[in-house]
Amino acid sequence: MSLDISFIGILIGSIMASSVPLILAASGELITERSGVLNLGVEGMMIIGAISGFALMVITDNLFIAIVGSMLSGVIISLIFGFLTQSLLTNHVATGLALTIFGIGLSAMLGKNFVGIPGKEFPILFSSLRESIPFFGPILFGHSIVLYFAFALPFLTNYFLKKTKLGLVVRAVGDSPVSASNQGINVILVRYCCILYGGAMCGLAGAYLSLIYTPQWIENMTAGRGWIALALVVFATWSPIKVLIGALIFGGITILQLHMQAIGFRIPVQFLSALPYLMTIIVLVVISRDSRKIKLNTPTSLGRIFYKEK
Amino acid sequence: MIKIEKRNDVPMALYFFTPFIAIILTILGGGIIFYILGFNPIEALKFYFITPISNLYGLSELLLKATPLCLIAIGLSFCFKSNNWNIGAEGQLTFGAIVGGGVALLFYNQEGFYILPLVILAGAIGGMFFALIPAILKTYFNTNEILVSLMLVYVSKLLLDYLVVGPWSNPEGFNFPETRQFSDSSRMPLLFEGLRIHAGIFLALGAVMLSWFILYKTYLGFQIKVSGLSLKTAKYAGFKGKTMILVVFMISGACAGLAGVGEITGPIGQLHRMISPDYGFTAIIVAFLGRLNPFGIIFASLVVALTYLGAETAQIFLQIPKYTGQVFQGMILFFLLASDYLLFFKVKILNLKKNELRH
Repeated sequence: MSLDISFIGILIGSIMASSVPLILAASGELITERSGVLNLGVEGMMIIGAISGFALMVITDNLFIAIVGSMLSGVIISLIFGFLTQSLLTNHVATGLALTIFGIGLSAMLGKNFVGIPGKEFPILFSSLRESIPFFGPILFGHSIVLYFAFALPFLTNYFLKKTKLGLVVRAVGDSPVSASNQGINVILVRYCCILYGGAMCGLAGAYLSLIYTPQWIENMTAGRGWIALALVVFATWSPIKVLIGALIFGGITILQLHMQAIGFRIPVQFLSALPYLMTIIVLVVISRDSRKIKLNTPTSLGRIFYKEK
Repeated sequence: MIKIEKRNDVPMALYFFTPFIAIILTILGGGIIFYILGFNPIEALKFYFITPISNLYGLSELLLKATPLCLIAIGLSFCFKSNNWNIGAEGQLTFGAIVGGGVALLFYNQEGFYILPLVILAGAIGGMFFALIPAILKTYFNTNEILVSLMLVYVSKLLLDYLVVGPWSNPEGFNFPETRQFSDSSRMPLLFEGLRIHAGIFLALGAVMLSWFILYKTYLGFQIKVSGLSLKTAKYAGFKGKTMILVVFMISGACAGLAGVGEITGPIGQLHRMISPDYGFTAIIVAFLGRLNPFGIIFASLVVALTYLGAETAQIFLQIPKYTGQVFQGMILFFLLASDYLLFFKVKILNLKKNELRH
């Protein structure tokens, strides 16, 4: 049995890598939801980010442009959602669903000529340390810069929401848009910014998949990760640090499936795959039963349309 | 100068007219996208919207795809009208197909007139049961039905995957992820020789008539509509809110389950992984486009079914990925939601000079 200490190190490293898109997308969506907007378009924004990043990499041969471009494409596509829900006051749920359906379709259309093109190797940091230190090497070193950013992001998000004035504004807008508006805060503007930020992070999450995790373009390659990211925000009860923990659990389940199959475990993989969804439902039930618990972190106005009489 | 005013009430004519605006804008938008991709937009749109239905076979395929969409959307209209956001119809469809398919597999080597009704009933009950989960959690644990119903979609799809790979896979099937073929007695009767359109369409039409009757002619329908308009009023009137939530979810789940059974006993004839090209999600668009009105939904299901067919035709003739159907479906909903703005707000173009003269 190869369950020695260095194998576990490599295993943890691969779990971290598989949780990156979840952390990025969920952290972005968390800010959006904290401002009171429920954007179900995560999957659509991620897949657009994935194709834009990959296409830009092929066209410009520049990974920096590809990464920035994928975030920009996330911003652009989320602008559709922002304009509809904030300026035209459309229903968040329906608009988000339309965004996902539209995004999956559009990405396949745009990606038609990019299927089968091999990706480019993405530079990894501290690759020499990865090999030389047993156990901690594969965990701490030899990752892309996006992974390090992803693991810092929940802490930054937490700091932003709890310690900065802007973070307070975002929470105020999400919890009580009417009072925030009476305080002179431009609710619509804040929500626009949070939606666009969420779009950028989802775009980056998609680019991580197509440029780093599995460097190639495959139709529908996000494969439901956007929905898991959405579940993750709820699972984490809208707390950034718990997003990180949840992403590692959900990412861990994905990696575990592969290894369980290899070892020959008799648990059907489908049951493991269903775990993130079932766990999210259980968490939802637990937090929703107690109205105090759900009030603690849940943005009170989540998904509700805000309209100010001019 | 443009002035925007909130309307006091929604003009009904406009309410039913804006879906047509959305469809026209979608076709224009599609043309622009085709042009950008380097196709002749007129020709591409012709392949999309005209070629597929220019023969009898195409029309039959259109009705075949519209049937599940119509059924599910009819069910969803009950939920949406009463402000219950069931977006997990895809899961209810899948679970209905699993239960119905399970019954069909029990009778795989038997024939008998009673088998098909049993299979259909099992499918409806399966879908109903699966929809009860978010409904019960919503009523008794106060959970968000959007998230629960959505999560359950993936649970049901994974369950189906497990069954067709594992315990239910065809023993003579060379390990393909599919079950045995159902016996002929478990199959929907075909309406015409050589066409795939089957008796399931009568289920959809029956659902349309029944839903119209329930929504517009019964006390339950009245309760549903009032609760959708104002929960406070519904409570004041003494309606049993919890029971109503359970009922609308059960109706919705049963319809989705029927759609699932219709697919597996109709064109498919067995269980495998790909029993639905996301009909459950697309039906949400159908419900909105049809304005949650039973007859509007018939029309909308035909329009949205055409985007599925068009995508298939465009894939064959223009080598565009089949997913383009989703671009159109997404655009329809975008434009429809956007045009709703006109329902709630009046856009007035004021002539400044005249106004200044008056004052």
